[in-house]
This record gives sequence, structure tokens and C-alpha cells, in this order.
Amino acid sequence: MPDAIMAEGLVKRYGDVTALDGMDLAVPEGTVFGLLGPNGAGKTTTVRILTTLLRPDAGHATVAGFDVVRDARALRAHIGASGQYAAVDDHLTGAENLEMVGRLYHLGVQRSRQRARELLERFELTQAADRPVQGYSGGMRRRLDLAGALVANPPVLFLDEPTTGLDPRARASLWDVISELVAEGTTVLLTTQYMEEADRLADRIAVVDHGRVIALGTSDELKRQVGGDRVEVWLTSAADLEAAERALAPLAVGEPQRDPHILRVTVPVSGGVTALTAALGRLAAERVTVRDAGLRRPTLDDVFLTLTGHEADEKVKETV
Amino acid sequence: MNALNLAVADGMTIAKRNALKIRRAPDLLGGVVMLPIVFVLLFTYVFGSMISLPGMSYGEYLLPGIFVLTIVTSAQITGYTLTQDLQRGIFDRFRTLPMSPSAVLTGQTIADVIMNLTSMVTMAVVGLLVGWRINSSPPQAALGFLMLLLFSYAFSWVTATVALALRTPEVFNNVATILSFPMVFLSNAFVDSARLPGPLKPIAEWNPVSTLVQAARELFGNTSPALPTPAAWPLQHAVPVSLAWSVVLLAVFVPLATRLYKRAVSR
Repeated sequence: MPDAIMAEGLVKRYGDVTALDGMDLAVPEGTVFGLLGPNGAGKTTTVRILTTLLRPDAGHATVAGFDVVRDARALRAHIGASGQYAAVDDHLTGAENLEMVGRLYHLGVQRSRQRARELLERFELTQAADRPVQGYSGGMRRRLDLAGALVANPPVLFLDEPTTGLDPRARASLWDVISELVAEGTTVLLTTQYMEEADRLADRIAVVDHGRVIALGTSDELKRQVGGDRVEVWLTSAADLEAAERALAPLAVGEPQRDPHILRVTVPVSGGVTALTAALGRLAAERVTVRDAGLRRPTLDDVFLTLTGHEADEKVKETV
Repeated sequence: MNALNLAVADGMTIAKRNALKIRRAPDLLGGVVMLPIVFVLLFTYVFGSMISLPGMSYGEYLLPGIFVLTIVTSAQITGYTLTQDLQRGIFDRFRTLPMSPSAVLTGQTIADVIMNLTSMVTMAVVGLLVGWRINSSPPQAALGFLMLLLFSYAFSWVTATVALALRTPEVFNNVATILSFPMVFLSNAFVDSARLPGPLKPIAEWNPVSTLVQAARELFGNTSPALPTPAAWPLQHAVPVSLAWSVVLLAVFVPLATRLYKRAVSR
């Protein structure tokens, strides 16, 4: 299958700051590709280049067969983009917002109006269709923004952190909508800093840090890269963190991790349940009080931590 | 559709959006309808009751000045909405659409003309109620309104340029207020510029605002033979010079605003 999105060696600098440092991507048609990384990793810059908003300093990229620089004008009729800052107009109603976008895709008056109604229904905004967006909730705005990206039925869709800042229910409902789109054959490039989101939506995931891809694969492949199970124990006192880590060290097959905020120690182990039983025995012998304990498969958080040395949701200082 | 039709159609779509915004936003609507009414009533009754002119009422002399004052102040809405839009994601959305890139600014400025037309009709009606009269022929009066609208369109491009250079609504509002007040008050809008002291006199006489006010007075017939004729060259040829000013402002600021817009959004 041909690649709907292809990027080679994209570089973008802002003064001394290198936002993109040789970004390569290949997204087959009809799949969801997740760009996963912390703030400032280069996710948004990548999307801005692929949606013709920015010119790369070096490298080249094609989307739906169009070069993002040379054929920018023609490409725009084939993409939809929805960003982390919902690009909707507060004083316009939901319907007016979508009609305006339809007119700007040159769908004509009738078709724009009809398409707006279809999308409002699909995104469960019919009730609010004729109210100014000012009164919408955060989730409703995002849904409207996403609807705006879909007005022209684009074959390629860019979603830049579509659920950042949404409550869990609004997030889940947006995920459902995105899954439906994918089922209809849309190619989606999704950026996120939520592991759960990439896990749930993306066929393939690129882990991005410092402006380049540092790991690539399916969610399972990436998890396999960082090894097997983890034993997690939650303590009742911060004073026990040290002792717990010491007690569990002999069982660890990798670097133990400590999260003092939630009093948790995580240790990669082999041997599954046996390791968990052994861990509890050792903690009891050290007189460490355990509030909760469990065995789990690695998450993408572990992948990120292992690959980059810092956590995905850690707020890296904004450099741009 | 060819490129020109496309640009016009897109410009109209954006103009409709901006006109809707102004209609729905109480703060902007206040500037378009309420402020002109307040201007007309305040100036007519406060200054009009104190100042007398030979051969005509001060109120009649004043209204063309208030028309221009309103044009200059309400053109700031262009700048204000532009800076607000810059801070939100809406320009990104526009730029991912296959629309004409120039439509954002043309649409914005066309919406301003619609807004200025509304202000001007409001002011004219209130003015007529409080004693302003058009003493010229209908074609001359029509030319007067058209000239004011043309200038307001040109001036919107000036404020758009300033706004795109400054980028934030707060900074823009401050700068616009600081610049627009001297621009209107250092003119013949409220006083006879020939009687201003020293260096203020040539500034006021060559100020495009003075030219426009003088032209509007002539075209609406709000002059009196008893008043001294202004000696400065631009004021003696006020109508053609006003039209020339509009053309010059457009020729300079349309390309300048367009370039700044491209730079502001492609970061």
C-alpha cells in the first residue's frame, strides 16, 4: 500500500533551538500513526510542516502524493487538521462555523449547509448547533473543531493532541469518533503525550524526543523492547522508599524506578507471579508496610522512560 | 473558479464571519453604534452650546469632524479583532484550507466598511435629529459618504498593519489610542486649524484627517461664506487630495499588511 504521509530528514530551527532534527516518517494509507513525545519534542512542528503551515529548513515531505512545499495549495484540499487550540470562532454558532469552513473548501452554499448539519449530528452537537460557540464546553469545542477538519471528507487527517485538557468522558467520546473515522479508511496522524491514547488509537507509534524519532513500532513491539513484567508496590511512607528499593533489588532484571509523589516503586522482573510473591516476602522481612502491590505488563510510559530517561508527561521546559 | 473569483468569494465568506462577530460581540457593537451616538450628542450639546461660528451653527460644522473621528476610532476594531485572531488558532485553520490567502485581510477590511456604513447611518440620523443639515445636492452628498467609506477602508489597512506588527490586543489598544487621539485632535475636526499656535498649525493643515474633514464639509455643504477659507494647499483642494490620500494609503498598506500577515502566521 502506498504511503499517505512520507517525510524524510525534516529539519526546523528557530534561532538556536532545533525543533526538528532529521524527522523521518512513513504512514501507510488507511492507518493511524501516533507521534508520541513530551512537550517540545517536535510533534507540533512536524504537524505544522505536514499541514503546509511551516516550511522545513531541510528535508522534504509528501502527503497524499503532494509535496508539502511545492504543491501546498493543491494539498490543502486533501487534508483536514484539528489542533490542540480549538480553532473555532466564539461568536459564531456551531453551524455557522462549519458552514464557513465548507465555503472556504468551496463546497458551495447548499452543500456547505448540508455538510454542517450532517457533522453536527454525527458529533452530537445538533442541540447546540445554533448557539454561539462561546457557551460550549471544552469537549464540545474539540468535537466542533474536529468536525471542521472533516468538512471536505479529507483522506488524510492530522490531529494535534486532540484530547489534551479534556475530562476523561469527553476524551473517551472523542476516541470513539476517531476510531469510527479510521474504520472508514481515513489515514490519521495523531500526536499525543498520553500513552493510553496512542495505545488505544494508533496502529504504529513513533516515540519522538529532541526533534527526531527514537523508536518506532506497534505498541506491542515497543513494549517488548523494554522487556517483561513489572512488579509495582505502593508504600505508606516515603521513609520506606529506600528500604523497599533495596529489598527488591535482587529480583530486578533492569533499573528499578521510584516515584516519590505516589510512594511507588517499580521493578522490572522475570518470572511473573513467583517474582511478585518473592517481592512481598522480601518487603515483609524488611518491615516495609505495603499499601498495594501488583504485577503488570509494561506500558508505553515504561517505553518512554526507558528510551528517553524522562517521563512522557514530565513538563519539559518549553523551548519555543 | 479562477483565482480572482476565488479570492472574492473567500473574501466575502470571511467578511460575513467578521460582520457576524461584530454583531454578536457587545463590546464591538457598542463601538459601532453607541459610541457614534455618544460622540454626536456630547459634541453637539457640550461644545455646540459654548462655541458660536459666524454664519452657521457649530453643530453643523462639527458633524463631518465626528464622522472622521468615528472612522479613525472604529478602524481600531480591525486591528483588535486581528490581534485576537492571531492569538487563537483560527488563522491556522484558515491556512490549512484551500482558500485564497489574501481573503483573510480583504474579508476583515470589507467587514469594516459594512461596520462603518452602519456607524455612519447611525450618526447621520442622530445628527439630523439634533440639527445637522446636508446643504448640498444629493450627488454631492453621496460622493461625501462614498469618500468617507473609501477612506475608512484604506485606514483599516493601516490599523491592520499596525496590529500585525504589534500582535497582541493589549499592546495594540494602547498604541492605537495614543496615536489616534492626536491624529484627530491635531486637525480641523473641532477647531479652525489656521488658528492653532506655531508648529501645530502646519501639522494640522497637512494632516490627512483635516483634508478629509474639509472635503466632507464641502460635499455636505457644511461651510459658511462667513468663515475664513483655509489657506493651506491640501485644504484648498480637499476633495481630490482626500481621494488621493485613500489611494496612497491603500497602495502602501495593502502590500505591507499582506507581508506582515504572512510573517505573523508562518511562525
